[in-house]
Amino acid sequence: MALSVPAIMKTTAARLSALYLLLFALCAVALVFYMTSLSARMLTAQTQDTINDEVLGLARAYQRGGLPVLVRVVEARSRQPGANLYLIADANGQILTGNVQSLEPGVLETEGWTSSPFSYQRFGEGELERLRNLPAEQGSTQSEQSDAQAQGEKGHNAIALVLRLPNQMIMLVGRDLGEPERFRAVIRRALMLALGMMGLGGLLIWFFVGRAALKRIDSVSEASRRIMGGDLSGRLPVTGVGDEFDRLSENLNAMLARIATLNEGLKQVSDNIAHDLKTPLTRLRNRAEATLSGKQKPTDYRQALEGTIAESDQLIKTFNAILMISRLEAGYSSENTNRVDLAEAVRDVVELYEPVAEEAGVSLEADVREAVSVNGNRELIGQALSNIVDNAIKYSTGANAQPAVRVTLERAGADVRLSVADNGHGIPDDGDRARATERFVRLEKSRSQPGSGLGLSLAKAVMTFHNGRLELLPGNPGLSVVMSFPAREDH
Amino acid sequence: MQMSATQPSGEIAYNSPMKILVIEDDREAADYLQKAFAEAGHTAHVAGDGETGFALADAGDYDVMVIDRMMPRRDGLSVIAGLRSRGNTTPVLILSALGEVDDRVTGLRAGGDDYLTKPYAFSELLARVEVLNRRASAKEAETVYRVGDLELDRLSHSVRRASREITLQPREFRLLEYLMRHAGQVVTRTMLLENVWDYHFDPQTNVIDVHVSRLRGKIEKGFDKPILHTVRGAGYMLKSG
Repeated sequence: MALSVPAIMKTTAARLSALYLLLFALCAVALVFYMTSLSARMLTAQTQDTINDEVLGLARAYQRGGLPVLVRVVEARSRQPGANLYLIADANGQILTGNVQSLEPGVLETEGWTSSPFSYQRFGEGELERLRNLPAEQGSTQSEQSDAQAQGEKGHNAIALVLRLPNQMIMLVGRDLGEPERFRAVIRRALMLALGMMGLGGLLIWFFVGRAALKRIDSVSEASRRIMGGDLSGRLPVTGVGDEFDRLSENLNAMLARIATLNEGLKQVSDNIAHDLKTPLTRLRNRAEATLSGKQKPTDYRQALEGTIAESDQLIKTFNAILMISRLEAGYSSENTNRVDLAEAVRDVVELYEPVAEEAGVSLEADVREAVSVNGNRELIGQALSNIVDNAIKYSTGANAQPAVRVTLERAGADVRLSVADNGHGIPDDGDRARATERFVRLEKSRSQPGSGLGLSLAKAVMTFHNGRLELLPGNPGLSVVMSFPAREDH
Repeated sequence: MQMSATQPSGEIAYNSPMKILVIEDDREAADYLQKAFAEAGHTAHVAGDGETGFALADAGDYDVMVIDRMMPRRDGLSVIAGLRSRGNTTPVLILSALGEVDDRVTGLRAGGDDYLTKPYAFSELLARVEVLNRRASAKEAETVYRVGDLELDRLSHSVRRASREITLQPREFRLLEYLMRHAGQVVTRTMLLENVWDYHFDPQTNVIDVHVSRLRGKIEKGFDKPILHTVRGAGYMLKSG
């Protein structure tokens, strides 16, 4: 798949990294602005301290020798390299001495600290400035955000302390702001650089992470297309890294395996339906055909129709059982599971079958050792248990002993065991016992008995639905069918 | 015709005629029901979809309604819920292809009174519809049921026939109670299993027959007249004479 920018932009990874990038950039800008303003304030305070010291020195000079000494000291200091700004002017603001050639008008009018940085020109710089012919824009210097370089071309900025001498002359002591401005410029440049690098890094991560994610997703999509195309045995790729994609693929693979199992079950059911229902359907059809051909008495027609109805009913029953088994095995979601009193279920079913057992000469007994409840569906449990009891009554006869069926309910560790034991011939062969719960499997000996071959399959499906097991164990003698339920937690 | 096989023979007759509304979208099935109900002595009106059915049910005075669950325009459960919310209490039997425990519960919760899964035998449907008939439900309140010389006292749990005390097991008592409440009506095996044992499945062996014959032994042995009759192809009926 070609990796176009819009395609990358559509990935979650890219969107997330863009969001993070934006957040980080905002934080960085805020931090840098905070730091610049803090350090600018500190530098200003430092500058003011220096000026205060200067003023103190000059004040001492003035006290020592009055104006002449002050002027001398100012002139001497003015000539030092990198000197501060010194200026003495008369009461009208006419510059008398110092190293300042000109400054912004109005600076000398108010005493004390200048309210904001002002622009000025030192001696010796005026010519250069005039050649450049860039009249200093009023007010622009007040803006802290103005570009430092542009300011350098317009002139210098400074802050100063303006004092009025006792003879009404004005003295200004100031300091150039070049240093803090440069500092600010450096920080701004660093910020730009950092932002640029962050942007670049974000783009790179974005590109690689996004592309990796896209590649994985593409491989998963490719595999699922293959599976949808009919290759149901196909599975999604698992790299073995154990990341989210692997976990997702593993889960989807588990799902596919479950679907495959169900599909297999469905296929088996339809095969069995085709096989086992074709026989009675053919019989039905042949019977109708045979009745139609040849001359029949009205009673024959009647008999044939009654037989047809009876056979159809049996077919419907079989269909219902198959559908129910399939639904149970497919994980029939039921809101009708609740507390089921198994002791009551046992008593109900035993009571339901007691007359049948008596008629067949079988003694049917319930042995409820403990009253236990399980989470489940009373109907389903009742149906499963009656199928098993029904079978047990049918197959308990024939052996030498007096036929007896015993239904036992007991707790066995974490399980609740509900077993139905008979003393008939049982199923001696292990393989046969295992096969007995399969759909439509009717062991040779049971062919003579009526039934669809679905009773135990249904019981098994019911047990699976209840997270339990259905086991066929050899009895002593006979067969013992054990339904094991997980016990309720609250016991 | 299936009816001929299920029609009770001889002296046993079905209930007084009922006015039945059938809401069923399958034309053929609806026609069959209409004909079969007519043969059983009832009048059936047919609506082919949920909306028409709702309008008919809302306007007409029916004894029982038979409503298919899945229909075009308006499904059966919505029709029933709509009727119930308008104060219509006519008994409803739901016909459905969905037959799991959940489906039945949903159907009954929507306001249905009985639930029958397709495919069904008409004899089963007829028996259930006749039992649902609201004119029959008045018996709920009675404390003593009498059929001929058979008498059942629901309070003292005693049963006597021709003044002779008959001892019954609790389940036999409930079985007889149900049969007597619907005396003169056909009661099918599945109806007995549902109402007396509260199970909705088909047992592999017909356990109900054995229970009924046991009960019959107790209430008929020593008396000259049979009272618990077997209706061929349908079920049982308790009736004197």
